[in-house]
Amino acid sequence: MKNNKFVKFLSVPYVLWAIAFIIIPLLMVFYYGLTDINGKFTFSNVMAITDPVHLKSLYIALILALISTVICILLAYPLALILASIKNKNEHLIVFIFILPMWMNFLLRTLAWQTLLENDGIINNVLSFFHLPTLHIINTPAAIVFGMIYNFLPFMILPLYNVISKIDQNVLNAARDLGANYFQALLKITLPLSVPGIISGITMVFVPSLTTFVVSEMLGGSKILLIGNVIEQEFTQNSNWNLGSGLSIVLMVFIVISMVITSIFDKEGEGNAI
Amino acid sequence: MKKALKILYSALIFVFLYAPMVVLIVLSFNKSKSRAKWGGFTFDWYVKLFGDHIIMQALINTLLIAFISALVACIIGTIAALAMNKMGTLAKSTMLGVTNIPMLNADIVTGISLMLLFIFFRFKFGFVSILLAHITFNISYVILSVMPRIKNMNPSNYEAALDLGATPVYAFFKVILPDIWPGVLSGFLMAFTMSLDDFIITHFTKGAGVDTISTKVYAQLKKGIDPKMYALSTLIFISVLVLLILINTLPAAGKKKKAK
Repeated sequence: MKNNKFVKFLSVPYVLWAIAFIIIPLLMVFYYGLTDINGKFTFSNVMAITDPVHLKSLYIALILALISTVICILLAYPLALILASIKNKNEHLIVFIFILPMWMNFLLRTLAWQTLLENDGIINNVLSFFHLPTLHIINTPAAIVFGMIYNFLPFMILPLYNVISKIDQNVLNAARDLGANYFQALLKITLPLSVPGIISGITMVFVPSLTTFVVSEMLGGSKILLIGNVIEQEFTQNSNWNLGSGLSIVLMVFIVISMVITSIFDKEGEGNAI
Repeated sequence: MKKALKILYSALIFVFLYAPMVVLIVLSFNKSKSRAKWGGFTFDWYVKLFGDHIIMQALINTLLIAFISALVACIIGTIAALAMNKMGTLAKSTMLGVTNIPMLNADIVTGISLMLLFIFFRFKFGFVSILLAHITFNISYVILSVMPRIKNMNPSNYEAALDLGATPVYAFFKVILPDIWPGVLSGFLMAFTMSLDDFIITHFTKGAGVDTISTKVYAQLKKGIDPKMYALSTLIFISVLVLLILINTLPAAGKKKKAK
């Protein structure tokens, strides 16, 4: 018993670290967001979201994040099914395939899509060589969605693959023995059992898409402002930390909603990417 | 037919994920500085890369931050995970909830929250502030990677070691650590990768004059990327790829020998 107490004592360094670098910084956001430059309490920084420019940036960000999340599910689910069905697989290798691109800088990878998608870019050169209609999506919301899907798709594939590959094959075989065809078994067994992975994947794609400022800046031609761009500019260009924090509080409402949904559906952490 | 469809689909996703890599590798051999034009084949950027002190300094910063932050996160995270395993349900779920915050929260919010912390306490922005930020989000990856291993650990082994006269510290290194080692190792690799690829949190917590590869690339976006950056990222990519292939083939070769 004495030993148990000693073991619990071991959590002290992390508890202190978490208070100093996770809890207090978040309280700082609330402190700055709810005060003005003179340190007086105000709601004006949070209410600044009703400004038409800010409201529009939040609206566009929500729409684009929603579209890219839905497309990510549609692209990732079949792939996760395929990967899970491979026999005598090397699991580490499968995970590595999706983590490997992260070793090439995130900004350079996104920049490469600029080269590919440009009006006289590589994809259009190939298309016009075959006399096919060319794409004109660079500097449009479509290009931003493209960049979001590219950057965050692995975060949808990995949790889906994790839950699907853990589904007991006997359950599926039983369903098939009882006369279910492939799609019935998929719909009635695999899909419900993979809900924790789907939910976890949605959070992992939706939150970074909603809050990005890099993808929109690089592929949207800096004309399309997302809420992330507005907040980033308040911090780095206008040095208006109070306004930036106030808008972040609004953003956090959406993040908290997705966190709560995740914890309801995924109590055991089954859907974790790693 | 069905199998062909499966392979085709996987291949399409694979092409989608790796097309930018190919573009960057091709650009690293491009004589022309412009991204849009092919000016002929050259090795120049690779040669010049190693003479560029500013890029080399950014590379050193990036690797140092990734290594130190992953290492510190592994130590703090593993110890914390062991302690959390012994806790009651409420304390454990509270701790896990806090651990999830840096992973589920938006990078931009994590970045500005730490920036505000450093501003409020007048902490100097620089190498150390980036390092503190990276350790913070890396601890979460380590804990989530080590936790399942600890759950599956057999507590009797540790108790047996103590009964046989081992001190707790000795038993930790001889019994517990070998048991959870794969979790610690994958936590370290995950943390290292996340730190290496991070831009947003570094962007908000860095000071003037200290740069990582990410912030250097961001600064170059408007005036055009220095092609040496393509060369550098190609070198990093190729070396990681070779390392992965070696790791994945060597143990297999070793096993085959044993089987004989």
